[in-house]
Amino acid sequence: MYKYDEYDQSIVDARVEEFRDQVQRRLAGQLTEDQFKPLRLMNGLYLQLHAYMLRVAVPYGTLNGRQMRLLAHIARTYDRGYGHFTTRQNIQYNWIKLADAPDILAELAKAEMHAIQTSGNCIRNISSDQFAGAAADEVTDPRPWAELLRQWSTFHPEFTYLPRKFKIAVIAADEDRAAMRLHDIGLQITRRDGILGARVFVGGGMGRTPMIAPEIRDFVPADQLLSYLEAALRVYNRYGRRDNIYKARIKILVHEIGADRYRDEVELEFAQVLTLGIDPPAAELARISAMFAPPAFDAVPSVPHELAAHDPDFAIWRTQNVSAHKQPGYAIVTVSLKPIGGIPGDASADQINVMADLAERYSHDELRVTHAQNIVLPHVREADLYAVWQALADAGLAEANLDLISDIIACPGLDYCSLANARSIPLAQKIATRFAPRQQDLGELKLKISGCINACGHHHAGHIGILGVDRKGTENYQLLLGGSGAEDVSLGKITGPGFDEDGIVDAIERVADRYVAERSEGERFLDTYRRIGMQPFKEAIYG
Amino acid sequence: MADLAGDTDNLLRFRDDEVHDEPAMTLDSFVADPGNASAVRLEAGDDARALLPFIDRLMLVEVSFPSFRDGRGYSSARILREAGYTGELRAAGDVLVDQVSPMRRCGFDSFAPEQPIDQSVLRRSLDRYDDVYQKAADGRVPVWQRRHG
Ligand code: SF4
Repeated sequence: MYKYDEYDQSIVDARVEEFRDQVQRRLAGQLTEDQFKPLRLMNGLYLQLHAYMLRVAVPYGTLNGRQMRLLAHIARTYDRGYGHFTTRQNIQYNWIKLADAPDILAELAKAEMHAIQTSGNCIRNISSDQFAGAAADEVTDPRPWAELLRQWSTFHPEFTYLPRKFKIAVIAADEDRAAMRLHDIGLQITRRDGILGARVFVGGGMGRTPMIAPEIRDFVPADQLLSYLEAALRVYNRYGRRDNIYKARIKILVHEIGADRYRDEVELEFAQVLTLGIDPPAAELARISAMFAPPAFDAVPSVPHELAAHDPDFAIWRTQNVSAHKQPGYAIVTVSLKPIGGIPGDASADQINVMADLAERYSHDELRVTHAQNIVLPHVREADLYAVWQALADAGLAEANLDLISDIIACPGLDYCSLANARSIPLAQKIATRFAPRQQDLGELKLKISGCINACGHHHAGHIGILGVDRKGTENYQLLLGGSGAEDVSLGKITGPGFDEDGIVDAIERVADRYVAERSEGERFLDTYRRIGMQPFKEAIYG
Repeated sequence: MADLAGDTDNLLRFRDDEVHDEPAMTLDSFVADPGNASAVRLEAGDDARALLPFIDRLMLVEVSFPSFRDGRGYSSARILREAGYTGELRAAGDVLVDQVSPMRRCGFDSFAPEQPIDQSVLRRSLDRYDDVYQKAADGRVPVWQRRHG
C-alpha cells in the first residue's frame, strides 16, 4: 500500500489548517454560504436535508486496518454510529456538524487520509479495480497509476473550477470491475512492445444523459500520461459548456463536437504540453509501485472446494462471495454490505471494526471498497476462509449475495438527498426481501436504483435499473432493462410506463419469471435479455 | 511574497514594474487592428491563442472572471505563460481570496478583484502550502522533483 512521505503528509496537514480557517471564516460570517459552498464542496462537505454530509476519500478504494478502524471511530464519535460506503469507493457520514469537520479532517490526516476533492467541480477521487493486486487477469497493478493521478490531480491549479465534476477510473485487466467506460476518463493500462501505457476513453458517464466513453487514444506511454491528461482536461476546461449545468459534463462536449474533433484538439494541446516537462520521471512511478509490491504470500496448497461441504451456509457463501486469487492457496473475499432488508452500503462502527480486524489478521492488512458498495478482503488464505466467514457471520456480514439480485446499488434517495424524487432505500429493502428466497436460482443479476435522474445509483448500468421520478407529486418508478457497467458495457432501456412502489416490485417479479421461462442453459439474465430483446419482457410486465 | 501595495482600487500586484496604465482593448478590436496597443482584455470565452503572435509586445493581459465558478481563465493564463508571455497577467472580476493561490500557480501576477481581499487571509493562504504536486506556470518545484532531484 502507498505510504505518505513527508511531502504528502505536509500537503494533507496544510489542507486541514486551510479548511479550519475557511470554516472559521464561515462561522464568523466573513464568507457567505454562496462563497463557502465551493470551498466546503472541494472538501467533501455537502449540506443535505437534515445535516451536513461528509465524504471521506478512499483513494482507489484501498485502505488498511488502521484506516478502517479510524472510519469506525469517526462514525461513533461524530455521526450516529455508522457510515455509508459509496459507489465512488468512498465513505460518507450523513450527520456531521460543520464545527466538527476540521477536527475530523485532522484525525483523518493522522492516518494518511483526507476528504480532498470528494466533491466540487474538480477531479474527484480516482477509482480503480477492487481486485487490483489480487486478480489473475491484470497486466499490472493499476493502483500505482491511480496514486500517480491522485497526486497530479490534488489541488491541480488549472482544473479546480471545471465546468462540472470529473471522474477518472483506472483498470489494468480486460474484465472491467470498475465501470471504466462510464467515467469522464477511463484508462485501461496495457502493454505494447514491452512498454506499459494507457488506452484512453473519454466522455462516458451516467446522469440524465448516459454515454459510453469512446476510445480517444489507443495508447499513451506511461511517461507521457500526465501530459496527455493535462491536454484532455484543458480542452474540456476551455470548451465544456458552462451555460447549463445539465450539459456541462465532458460527455456532452465529446458528443457535441464529436470524438474525432475532440481527439484532434487534444492532440494539438498534447504536442504543446509535452514540451513543458510536467511528467515525473519513471523513477516516480517505480517509487510508488514498490509500495504496491505483492505481500509475502505463503506457499500454501490450494484447499479443495469440497471441504466446505460440512457447513452448507458456508458452502453457499464460499461459492458466491469468494473469487479466484492469482496466488495459489489464496482467495479474494467480498464482504457483502447488503444484508436482506438492510440499507445497501451501510456499516456500523462495530462492523467496520470487525472488518478491520479480519483484514489485519487474515488479509495482509488490506481492504478495498467496491463501487458496488461492498468491502473486499483481497488476500485471504483459502485455509482461513471458514474462520473469516464465521467472524463475518457473527457480525451480520456474511450475506451470500455477491452480484445477485439483493446485492443492490442504491443511492441515498429521498431519505437523505435534497434532489431526490423518490425513495431508494426502502425500495431496495422491499426488493431484497421479496427475491432473496430465489436469488441463487436467478443467478447474476445486478439491480441498481437511483432516486432521481442524476443516476448516483447507476441505474443505467443495471441489468435491471430503477429510476425514481416525480409523477404529479407522487413517487413513481421507471424500470430499465439491459444495462451493464462491465466490459460488456451497455445502457439500459426503459420498459414503458412507470409504477408505484409495490407495482415496481411486482413488475420485477414478472421480469424474473419470464427470464426463468426463457433462459437457456447457463444464461445470465443479461444474456437472455440480449438474446430475446425487450419485447417478451414488456409483454410479461404490461400483459 | 511580493509587495502587495496596489494603486488602483483593490489592485494586488506581484510585480515590481510600474502599473501599465494603457486601457485594455477587447480581443476582437485588438485582433482587427492591433496598432501599437499593448494591453488586451480577454473575456472568459475568448481564445487566448489569438494573442500568441503578439506576446512579445503585450505588456498587460487582463483575463475576466465573470463568476468565481468560471475556470476558463486559468487555462488562458497557462497558455499565455507556456508560450513565453512575460508581461502582466491580471485576473479581474469575481476573484475570491482562496483563488489567488491557484491563480498564481497558473501564471497570474496581478489581481483586480471586484470585492476587496482581506490581506491577512491572503497572506495565510499564500504561505499555506510548502509543497505542490504539479509543475505549473509559477516555477515552483513539484514534489516529484524534490523526491528525485
Ligand atoms: S440519484 Fe438523485 S436522489 Fe439519488 S443521490 Fe443522486 S441526486 Fe440524490
